[in-house]
Amino acid sequence: MPKVTAVNNEILYYRFDVDGDNFTSAGEASVQTKRILRRVGFPPEAIKRVSIAMYEGEINMVIHASGGVAELYIEEDRVVIVLTDHGPGIENVELAMQEGYSTAPDNIRSLGFGAGMGLPNMKRYTDGMEIETKVGEGTKITMTVNV
Amino acid sequence: MKMSEIASILDCRVLCCEDHMNSDVFSACGSDMMSDVLAYVKNQAVLLTGLVNTQVIRTAEMMDMVCVVFVRNKMPTEDILRVAEESGIVVMTTKHRMYEACGMLYASGLNRAEAGHAEGDGRE
Repeated sequence: MPKVTAVNNEILYYRFDVDGDNFTSAGEASVQTKRILRRVGFPPEAIKRVSIAMYEGEINMVIHASGGVAELYIEEDRVVIVLTDHGPGIENVELAMQEGYSTAPDNIRSLGFGAGMGLPNMKRYTDGMEIETKVGEGTKITMTVNV
Repeated sequence: MKMSEIASILDCRVLCCEDHMNSDVFSACGSDMMSDVLAYVKNQAVLLTGLVNTQVIRTAEMMDMVCVVFVRNKMPTEDILRVAEESGIVVMTTKHRMYEACGMLYASGLNRAEAGHAEGDGRE
């Protein structure tokens, strides 16, 4: 279960650990996020965009970074997702943002992922995306979806 | 088309969430690449796939899909069915191959939805 903290009266905060050793459990944070946002009563189209972006991010953290942490800030008119990992970092962000470019190993493609659509998808489904990354240290991705 | 009709056209075994079989669906897509489903699918309700793992169900749930059909007699594990059950996603398996299964549904009037990127393009 996610850890829940009320940051203040207007922001709901959830923190999920993304297990890097378990491909089967990848996506659990996104499933829970989807349910939380439904309870909050956001429009389905916004919920779908948040869940897909977060799901792609979770899969990325499992494939590339041995897991990480997904944080969710729910505000009145927007949702902010912060994904932090201590993986290898992204060497060339511009290249990684190109559709079809992937550094995922072949065994990941046999699981249905690694087509080089993850980061472009995350950008496409969100209203804002920032990538902070350092090779050898990790990556932090902040995404915003306006409701 | 009702999900029960899909099951009948494809001669499916229904493995999960049989109580939703009366619901209507209007479109479907076939893919083994979940990355592509997440990128290109738009409002399709049924996913036909030859890929068998938990992420197929998760992908379907993220895309608000309501039914997964495994082709070529592929059988999901108990774990996969448990995830589908929790998400309320109907799971079926058919002996037909992907190309045949898609063709049979298409010929019976189940269309693809509009092609192109999902919400990202234009956000209609």
